[in-house]
Amino acid sequence: MPKVKPHRTSPSLDMTPMVDLAFLLVTFFMLTTKFAPEEAVVVDTPSSTSEIRLPESHVITIAVDKDKRVFFGVDDDAIKSDLLTQVGAKYGVSFTPSQIQAFKGVASSFGTPIEKLPALLSLDSEQRKLVKQEGIPADSVNNQFIEWVQTAQALSRKSAYGKPSYVAIKGDGNADVPTVKRVIKLMQDKNINRFNLITDLETKPVAGN
Amino acid sequence: MAEIQQQADSGKGGKKRAKKMSTKIDMTPMVDLAFLLLTFFMLTTTFSKPTVMEVAMPVKPKPGEEQPPIKASNALTLLLGENNKLYYYDGLLDGTTKPELKLSNYGADGIRKVLLQHKSNPQLVVLIKPDDKSAYKNMVDILDEMNITETKKYALVDISKPDQELIKTSGL
Repeated sequence: MPKVKPHRTSPSLDMTPMVDLAFLLVTFFMLTTKFAPEEAVVVDTPSSTSEIRLPESHVITIAVDKDKRVFFGVDDDAIKSDLLTQVGAKYGVSFTPSQIQAFKGVASSFGTPIEKLPALLSLDSEQRKLVKQEGIPADSVNNQFIEWVQTAQALSRKSAYGKPSYVAIKGDGNADVPTVKRVIKLMQDKNINRFNLITDLETKPVAGN
Repeated sequence: MAEIQQQADSGKGGKKRAKKMSTKIDMTPMVDLAFLLLTFFMLTTTFSKPTVMEVAMPVKPKPGEEQPPIKASNALTLLLGENNKLYYYDGLLDGTTKPELKLSNYGADGIRKVLLQHKSNPQLVVLIKPDDKSAYKNMVDILDEMNITETKKYALVDISKPDQELIKTSGL
């Protein structure tokens, strides 16, 4: 009897279909992913059972952190430079082209009064991260906040999008209610009545029974 | 380790088996990389989209426009106090009657049960009054409870002095 010969086929298997699939998915995710913009402030949002997702684009984000600071952000690249120049013009602050360019990176979330914005924009991005921003003034005396919101809304309406942006409020779980309410009140005064409160997802419990 | 297919059988016959070199290459590193990227993108996409709660605040009434008052029998007032405390009372607070203040909490056995009990009244209006010392989290929680219990009519109202007094005097 001849010895039973072990199979000489190699243990490697055809990975082509798997690779095909993997790359298909990689491509899909690469194209659909939008990286979370850099946040100037750490906000720990409370959770809710709401399953509505934040719209992909045309969002104005208003962050309120636990130190009562108000941060403002727009995600629409098309309006960023106009927004900066228009709000700057209102307060008599002008910007150099390189500062306007820098604003495009900062605009997703910033909390600096307009007077100090040129200085912030002149820094390079590494230094900018170290700056502790004091928040945008949002009270009846110095209401720069509503200027930003209104100008952004007006620009959004004029842009290709043609509608005002969504207003998302991103409050820290430990933020105090008066600040959040003041922000809402300021916008209500300007007839902005629909808000999105950004929350984390939690599973919906069954009510009753 | 680009591999070469083993010779299946040692050249039988004199036929020239010219191109028996396989074109197979080892794809393992590529697959590793592909899956690494896949995992990375999968995780970043799902986590970057936050959920939102939609809140529509009432449009400011025009001057001279009267808003119909809420009947006290249809009202439920929730007071969000400091240190995550939650109080509620039936009806409205006016000069004549002093409603009985009750303590509740944000858990499943707390305010949710109260809201569900009140749901039998279809005309129920819930007034949410966050105290200045309450946290924003409380406000979101309570709006969320409205969502869970499917309470349709509710309003965010500023807390009033008598309400604050009521919390203080109740000692809860």
